[in-house]
Amino acid sequence: MNTTNSLPVSSVPSGGENIRATIGQLSRRPEAGSLLGLIAVFVFFAMIGGSVFLSSAGYASWLNIAAEIGLVALPVGLLMIAGEMDLSIGAIIPAASLTVAIISGHYGLPESVGISAGLGVGLLVGFFNGFIVNRTGVPSLIVTIGSMFGVMGLTLGFTVLIAGSTGVSLVPSPTAKAVLGEFIGGMFQVTIFWWVLFVAGFFYLLHISPVGNWIFALGGDKVSARNAGIPTERLTVGLYMLSGFSAAFVGVSQVFVYQSAQVLAGQSFIFNSIMCVVIGGVLLTGGAGSVVGIVFGTLTFAIVNQGVYFTGIDPNLGSVIIGALLLLAVMMNDRFRLMAMSYAAKKKR
Amino acid sequence: MSDKTPILELQNVDKSFGPIDVLHNISLKVRAGEVLCLLGDNGAGKSTLIKTLAGVHKPTRGTILMDGQPVEFSGPRDAQEKGISTVHQFGGTFPLMSIGRSFFVGVEPTKGWGPFKVYDRKTANEIAVKAVQDFGITRIDDGDRLVGGLSGGERQSLAIARAVHFGARVLILDEPTAALGVKQAAHVLRIVNEAKRRGLAVVFITHQVMHAMAVGDHFAVLIRGAIAADFRRGEKTREEITDLMAGGETMADLEAQIETYMASHEGHPPPPAQ
Repeated sequence: MNTTNSLPVSSVPSGGENIRATIGQLSRRPEAGSLLGLIAVFVFFAMIGGSVFLSSAGYASWLNIAAEIGLVALPVGLLMIAGEMDLSIGAIIPAASLTVAIISGHYGLPESVGISAGLGVGLLVGFFNGFIVNRTGVPSLIVTIGSMFGVMGLTLGFTVLIAGSTGVSLVPSPTAKAVLGEFIGGMFQVTIFWWVLFVAGFFYLLHISPVGNWIFALGGDKVSARNAGIPTERLTVGLYMLSGFSAAFVGVSQVFVYQSAQVLAGQSFIFNSIMCVVIGGVLLTGGAGSVVGIVFGTLTFAIVNQGVYFTGIDPNLGSVIIGALLLLAVMMNDRFRLMAMSYAAKKKR
Repeated sequence: MSDKTPILELQNVDKSFGPIDVLHNISLKVRAGEVLCLLGDNGAGKSTLIKTLAGVHKPTRGTILMDGQPVEFSGPRDAQEKGISTVHQFGGTFPLMSIGRSFFVGVEPTKGWGPFKVYDRKTANEIAVKAVQDFGITRIDDGDRLVGGLSGGERQSLAIARAVHFGARVLILDEPTAALGVKQAAHVLRIVNEAKRRGLAVVFITHQVMHAMAVGDHFAVLIRGAIAADFRRGEKTREEITDLMAGGETMADLEAQIETYMASHEGHPPPPAQ
């Protein structure tokens, strides 16, 4: 009896150790919390929203939203990991849209010129942000609020001056429409594929290339990062230009999707992108986060944002859910971060 | 030992910021395999001295010699490249980064070619863990662990191991034991001894006399920007050093003063000095 008993008894703790080790491994990934949130939100709306939410039209509705915000949330997330903020994206999106619409729609120049100019606007504003943040040391929140208002005013002024109204329309050529503004199967925006491409690129940058390490270090401790020989100023400018470029890309693709550009089209992106990033487990003060987490956060946000329409819930309550979700997500992510820190210490005992 | 050329030497160094003289006629030497303890109270000029050694400040007058040759550091990077490494309390470690990533920050090992360089996590973790374990911190065995999960002493040890790994010859330790408990501090002191054994020149800044006496070969007490005493191991007792740091006023005198004050003021301690 004794010998037969001792076998299973001795194997139980080692099995438990393994499971705990695996959970520990998972929990120290920064996206652990956001994955749970995503699953919870998806299950919730799949149960209440029913078959319409789970149909391809349902998927399309939130994937389209996710793709557009996601394109901006990625660089905003990287900046946040590096300890900076970027609110100017809200102004870059319409600025880029209108640049394309005015150059190619109003003046009728080739679309390639319009698109390059639109993306160029984003890069330029990004460079300006990074340069000013480095040079003045003013918190980037303030710098980018300033550039947001500046760019918004200039966009409005020039649009009214040139086109005489606050909206400009554009009839896209078939090629441009196919690349940037197509609805696949009549409902899935081609932007979704661009988003996937951007996700792959950002994943490489943050988690595979050595530059990713610099971004984490910059957000973790700027002075130590500089002492370690990281070109912190160039990195900051580069990240802001990346953010400007991505926002401009969204603006440009919007012109080809909606065939017109509006001055006030980008405002919702400012807070939405920050929310996606924070729900995705990026630390607001910098130094921690992951691209996969940002993707989960974006999907979670988009599902809640659109899922409400598939239920009998008053759409205005959707905002309440998003607000509560944000708070919950941050609390949960903090919890997971603590677990990640203490995980290996516990293993030792 | 004293006939060896010092790795780093200061000769009559003055440093002033505008009209304010912060350092006054400082002369110091530190040789390979030797620990120089810089003792001083807050505001004695310790941090200015460290910054001068580390290339942040240029001396107003006087010379810095490395291996007997006069040098001038164009900046902290330059000093670092010449082998002078400063480790601040938690400097150079990032709480939310893994040990491997933190160790190699700025000089990440990569594999692959051309623009497709890939951060080599495995190599980074292996080297980092080995470097720390060689210093006797065997508790660290997983390079994926987050630095924030380490104890204060382990973090300090990681930072020192990192400096040594990247070719430091002179190690400047800025109050490495200040925020640590007794056990943790002992940890760090062992690391300092190990660095010394490996032939590094160590400048150990502290105001804890006990810690200084545990590892120091050579001591310099800094008061108001000048070296008030310069002596070797065993030449002075702990009480004498503490008294020196307090500015010549002996601790025994101070205690007596406080006692008489309290006796005449219904047991209240004296107000802090203005």
